[in-house]
Amino acid sequence: MNITLQIWRQDGPDRPGGFKVYEVDGISAEMSFLEMLDALNERLANQGDEPVAFDHDCREGICGACGVMIDGQAHGPQLGTATCQLHMRKFENGATITVEPWRAAGFPLIKDLVVDRSAFDRIIEAGGYITVDTGSAPDANLTPVPKPVADTAFDAAACIGCGACVAACPNGAANLFTAAKISHLNLLPQGQAERWTRTENMVEVMEEYFGSCTNHGECEKACPKSISIDFIAMMNSDYLRAKLKNRRLVAQ
Amino acid sequence: MTLQLDARIPAGPIEDKWENHKFSVRLVNPANKRKFKILIVGSGLAGASAAASLAELGYDVEVFTFHDSARRAHSIAAQGGINAAKNYKNDGDSVFRLFYDTVKGGDYRSREANVYRLAHESLNIIDQATAQGVPFAREYGGLLDNRSFGGAQVARTFYARGQTGQQLLLGAYQALARQVADGSVKLHTRVEMLDVVIKEGRAVGIVTRDLVSGQVSNHSGHAIVLATGGYSNVFFLSTNAMACNVSAIWRAHRKGAGFANPCFTQIHPTCIPASDEFQSKLTLMSESLRNDGRIWVPARPGDDRPSGQIPKEERDYFLERMYPAFGNLVPRDVASRAVKRIVDEGKGVGPLHNGVYLDFHDAIERERRNVIEERYDNLFEMYERITDEDPYEVPMRIYPAPHYTMGGLWVDYNLMTTVPGLYAIGEANFSDHGANRLGASALMQGLADGYFVLPMTIGDYLAEFLNQAPVPTDDPVFDEARAGVEDRVERFLATRGSRTVDWFHKELGKIMLEYCGMSRSEPGLNKALSEIPALYEEFRADLRVLGTAGGLNQTLERAGRVEDFFELSQAMCLDALRREESCGGHFREEFQSDDGEALRRDDEFSHVSVWEWTGDPGQPQLNIEPLTFEAVKPSTRSYK
Ligand SMILES: Cc1cc2nc3c(=O)[nH]c(=O)nc-3n(C[C@H](O)[C@H](O)[C@H](O)COP(=O)(O)OP(=O)(O)OC[C@H]3O[C@@H](n4cnc5c(N)ncnc54)[C@H](O)[C@@H]3O)c2cc1C
Ligand code: FES
Repeated sequence: MNITLQIWRQDGPDRPGGFKVYEVDGISAEMSFLEMLDALNERLANQGDEPVAFDHDCREGICGACGVMIDGQAHGPQLGTATCQLHMRKFENGATITVEPWRAAGFPLIKDLVVDRSAFDRIIEAGGYITVDTGSAPDANLTPVPKPVADTAFDAAACIGCGACVAACPNGAANLFTAAKISHLNLLPQGQAERWTRTENMVEVMEEYFGSCTNHGECEKACPKSISIDFIAMMNSDYLRAKLKNRRLVAQ
Repeated sequence: MTLQLDARIPAGPIEDKWENHKFSVRLVNPANKRKFKILIVGSGLAGASAAASLAELGYDVEVFTFHDSARRAHSIAAQGGINAAKNYKNDGDSVFRLFYDTVKGGDYRSREANVYRLAHESLNIIDQATAQGVPFAREYGGLLDNRSFGGAQVARTFYARGQTGQQLLLGAYQALARQVADGSVKLHTRVEMLDVVIKEGRAVGIVTRDLVSGQVSNHSGHAIVLATGGYSNVFFLSTNAMACNVSAIWRAHRKGAGFANPCFTQIHPTCIPASDEFQSKLTLMSESLRNDGRIWVPARPGDDRPSGQIPKEERDYFLERMYPAFGNLVPRDVASRAVKRIVDEGKGVGPLHNGVYLDFHDAIERERRNVIEERYDNLFEMYERITDEDPYEVPMRIYPAPHYTMGGLWVDYNLMTTVPGLYAIGEANFSDHGANRLGASALMQGLADGYFVLPMTIGDYLAEFLNQAPVPTDDPVFDEARAGVEDRVERFLATRGSRTVDWFHKELGKIMLEYCGMSRSEPGLNKALSEIPALYEEFRADLRVLGTAGGLNQTLERAGRVEDFFELSQAMCLDALRREESCGGHFREEFQSDDGEALRRDDEFSHVSVWEWTGDPGQPQLNIEPLTFEAVKPSTRSYK
């Protein structure tokens, strides 16, 4: 295949950025999108140009390191697919493909296609865990969890933290990411003790860094794990209840 | 031999050793723990679990990872599951049986006492992870489900769909995040450790490079823990994540840490075969698929009919034929070699004839499609994305690929390397898997080391340094190490040659896979040992790294990692050459039975080979830790 790439190049957060156009020929349809970028980078290096920086690691859709906007879509055209799992057979021979970094106020740019997603870690640090010191756990089968509950918790826990939901959202909101973790833990019996403080704290840290959700639903479409926006509804209802409960607890 | 290889195995019967040891190690009292600074490099399963547990105990912990978040590490890709001797299935499992299976699976090249402790701690891991909210698979009654996994005759594997590593890592990451929020752990992301600092024979700190700013800095601590994973990427193509590398432990090796059994690498039988020369990594299809999939090839070499048109009688279900007792579930090393043999006989399938079929047709017929979907859907989907073929309709194609490294830094029973104050945990050490790792036991080992072993044993070393401040970072030993790191970075940029890092890495990978991969021979290894130094010379003279050191430069990062692979690969070949036997994942063509099975030579090689750095990567010094077996008597592994 022969393709034309229009790639965002920017040396650093305070440096000017812009699109550069690269004609790439001899691309195999079997290549993944990132292997195509590898091939581009080999050619750039051979002709003395600095390769394009992009994040990646597992290349099998599980680590959440990769992620770019491809023709304006987070992770590109294939539903439920991370950039590293997208293959060139999904593109036409002769296509022009535009590649940009995630664009969101909560994800400052580092270089080229690499952004800083550490605000996600701040949200988790605010309460995305169950407090249980090593060694203090009871036998695992002491607390049965009905299978449907465990399965739904898993659906939420499948989030890979790539940031596509934020990048796809017109408001740059992180509600799907936050809701996924809150729902995973709030659904399980183990997560009940901290349910209300967790919800309140995580939502509030989320709001510090990210825009607000106005129910566009773009996040669900962009999510490589197809995490449902129903979890956002669950989070919202827990947040309202948390506000009341936490106030009542304080009043006591 | 100049290394002190005292494994410090506690006295007493195997069942009591760990308890006895816990009682005899020196403890640090709770109020004093915060006076000790521990630096942990790596936040995969081993590093994150250790960091969280040590911080909970009260130690002052700093964690370094080159990933952008501690939620990411190679551990996240583990699919199949984690073993534990819970015996929830009432099928006769026990701590002793898990211990026995692991020692046997490792082909009697691991240390009994360590393995017993691992099997024992496996119980606690499941409790801990479940309490953290790890969503393991459950049965309708709400209790935990188990499945059986490669090489085991009991169902002891706990799993979370095909994403067990992800869920366990997120559990450990969340425990770590709690400590970060609490101020008990300082976490440095996108920071790479580039050297260990030694003073008077002890590890006292590390030198790091901030990958975003390029800043090189010194950090000092009372103890250093390396939890930096395995080195399968020495082969270039492997199932490991792209960033996996040997640098942290290799740098430690160059500073005096013995490197144990570097040639013990595992080739995983069920990976998607390479499709073209641009392939950047190979994707694993979980071993659990072998529970339901049947492996076969056309009986006649060169039979190119589509799989569906080949009648059952004209198929060779070769694992079932060769190993009737275990069939498709033989351990990884046995399965991989059988697959290689069949493909070498010209029976390979697929456009490049480089695979064998893994067929779910019978299972779908027997169990109905939705049962199979429930078990493996994400794997089937992953397969279809990569190959554009639907495994519900046509059989998968698989071929072995480098996957795991049993070798690593030598550690004693306390998980301390030969350098006092320097520890290695998880895949980075050599401790528990001998010459072959059983499925679902790497997660178990990483978490046992991190949650339950290291937090117990590290105090024994630290107790000696109560009220002593760590060595200051302006001590000359730090300046020296740091200058070394800076010079190396400059050297890469100044070479201005014509070949890229990836080009060298691929060439090295080809040599290693050919001569030090699934099957090894004296002439092949000697060939590798003459080709690698020549390629390395070229690397030093003709490498091209563009850009600067003052910011994010991914090529520069890789240059250092590939250079370390050049040195490691020589140690691997030398180790493979010297080990004149076949055991586990190490198969020497000269040492096989008439029907092609591995021939172990216990009289001469029942030991750990520990290599010591001499300054010349082609001439390391060999040291030996003899292995003795008291609880499990070595026998020939038979899976027939
Ligand atoms: C595809 C796949 C599937 C697997 N499935 C299973 C399974 O089902 N069951 C099982 O038991 N095992 C499985 N394994 C094996 C298992 O996943 C690994 O052995 C294990 O997760 C290793 O964990 P770790 O913590 O030792 O290292 P890793 O997870 O590799 O973590 C290494 C850490 O070190 C950091 N690091 C490395 N070098 C440096 C440096 N120089 N400076 C700073 N940071 C550094 C990294 O950032 C990372 O945080 C699988 C492996 C693969 C490849
Ligand atoms: S590289 Fe890991 S999800 Fe894409």
